[in-house]
Amino acid sequence: MDQQYLGVFDESKDPSKKADPTNQRVELMLGALASLILVFILGMVIFVFLKGLPSFTGNGVSWFGSGGNVDEQLANIFNSPAEPKDYVYELHAFPLLWSTFLISFIAVAISTVVSVFAAIFIVEFAPRRLELFLEPVVKLLAAIPSVIYGLIGILVLVPWINNNLITEEMRASVAYVIQLDGSSVMAGVIILTIMIMPIMIAIVTDSLRQVPRMWSEGALALGVNRYRALTTVSLRAIRPAIVAAAVLASARALGEAIMLAMVTGSIGFAPNPFDGFLFFLEPSRPLGATIIDGAEGLSVEPFGQTLYAFAAILIISTAFLSFAGWAARRSLARYSIGSAK
Amino acid sequence: MSSVTTKRRKAAVRQSRRNAGPSKKIKAKGIWSIGDRIGVVAAWVAGLLLCTIAASITLFMGWKGIQYVTWDVISSSPEASLEQSKVGGFLDPIIGTLLLTLLGGLIATPVGVSVALWLTEYGRPSPLARFVEAGVEVIAGTPSIVLAIFGLLIYQQGVMSPFSFTADGGEVFGRSFFAAGAAMSLIALPFVVGGTREGLNSIPKHIREASYALGKDKASTIRRVLLPSARRGIATGSTLGIARIAGDTAIVVVLLGASLQIAPEGNIPGIDVLRGTGSTLTSYVFQNSPAGEGNAPEKAYAAAFVLLMIVIVLNLVVSRLTKKGQHVWG
Repeated sequence: MDQQYLGVFDESKDPSKKADPTNQRVELMLGALASLILVFILGMVIFVFLKGLPSFTGNGVSWFGSGGNVDEQLANIFNSPAEPKDYVYELHAFPLLWSTFLISFIAVAISTVVSVFAAIFIVEFAPRRLELFLEPVVKLLAAIPSVIYGLIGILVLVPWINNNLITEEMRASVAYVIQLDGSSVMAGVIILTIMIMPIMIAIVTDSLRQVPRMWSEGALALGVNRYRALTTVSLRAIRPAIVAAAVLASARALGEAIMLAMVTGSIGFAPNPFDGFLFFLEPSRPLGATIIDGAEGLSVEPFGQTLYAFAAILIISTAFLSFAGWAARRSLARYSIGSAK
Repeated sequence: MSSVTTKRRKAAVRQSRRNAGPSKKIKAKGIWSIGDRIGVVAAWVAGLLLCTIAASITLFMGWKGIQYVTWDVISSSPEASLEQSKVGGFLDPIIGTLLLTLLGGLIATPVGVSVALWLTEYGRPSPLARFVEAGVEVIAGTPSIVLAIFGLLIYQQGVMSPFSFTADGGEVFGRSFFAAGAAMSLIALPFVVGGTREGLNSIPKHIREASYALGKDKASTIRRVLLPSARRGIATGSTLGIARIAGDTAIVVVLLGASLQIAPEGNIPGIDVLRGTGSTLTSYVFQNSPAGEGNAPEKAYAAAFVLLMIVIVLNLVVSRLTKKGQHVWG
């Protein structure tokens, strides 16, 4: 009876709607407000990009290249003459881009592995009590403001790295380029990993729980152990969720500004992976942190434009990543987990 | 005595092997291969690592908080001084945080609820709805520093001069509680949309149909039936968003000006504060850390502890709401 009724009822043919224009007006107003979000995003991308355009056009492709000292170039831009035609735009932003990519990539790579294992632990192996305890813990870690992570980083982790990991020979070997004082890529990566892990664990745990029990029970009935059943059946089913989690975490990592401004040393330097372990101890400064550091100078026209150019790079890459994450999660809902329900 | 027990145990093992059939063969191969064992160990290590990190952060912050938080620091205004560690507290930043969360929440909640209503209840044309859905995700993924300097770009336009301070030369400053609150609402928006959608989706179809059957049209169904039923979801989303606002630093550093104290602008009571600049707990922590100008770690720890408490309380509210929110639909 109930089912039949559900089948007959069709909201789009609801007669009351045509009779009353209020409904249409409500729908139109809500729809317009929702579409405003798209207008806003479009406006944001266009405005930020246009504002940063002089920095791109002033340099051409070499904007993305390396050469010279970025911090000196930024200082020159900041101190450029007041006449608009004399503005200095010369900038080779590679060290900042490289630093952003490097720190986010390493942090996301580590945290993907760790959070998949942590999610397996929470879902399958943790004793019931620990499981109940871990769920709020993950939420708490995700909720801690980045400035607190930064504070712990700069007051605890950075001095620790400085005292225990950096030897005098290391200091001497790079003394002619940079000073090693503990604020480093390593500090940034460690704290960033801790910051993005909870987001990934939450997404992976949720999806693992949604995998129908029958699937893993089928595997268990065939005689494999719990771990095998989990990795071969459940983990495989939620692959899109892992991708989505990693993508969303990278968007977060790319945009992290305050914490990285605090712990990575704020020096526009491109750490060289061929330096071996030393490379992790070198300071660096990603795009977001550069904007924070220069926030006081936003009103200086060419300098502000350069910072908006950085923001344009950030906004385009994170928008792309968010969109990819959204698409991955949709595919999960449609093909993998959703279809089984 | 002990030899008897070992004998018994051996006998039991033999017995169990006999029962299990050709178990010797399987055991030789190993049901749990080395890889599996390593995997399980890795899972335990990851899980315990998580506990350790969380415990050490909370205990460390708690310890620092007990050491440095005094009534004096909470109840006095910050003062400019060469020795930051000795003078002033962070009353103004606390008020700033409350003001900003209130402002951001007040803007984000109605907008977010409307967007969620349209997405779940109407959602036509459906390609547009998919795009709006993705758009909300994009806003959620946009770094707050980008939102901040975009906000600055907007609020520095001449049209926006009522919202902030205008210099003598006619240049609009663009930094105020209004500006920061508007940018902050964008941070909270995705959470409000998500919470409301969850709330609306959990309402069964027959509730809507019952309302239609009573002669209510869609608009009044939304107002009288759906919104009241989804209010727990709305509250959850708003609280999560507000917690996010309380923890954001980038927008405060860029859009709220750098004044330690709340500096009202103009002479209309109430509005003057919103037009003026100020600071929040997050920017106070940032400025007093070695990375900022103040460099007073004790103050930074104390403010960070208060901030952490605010965020934890908001999260407790959320978990209470979601636990109670399991509405049973008859």
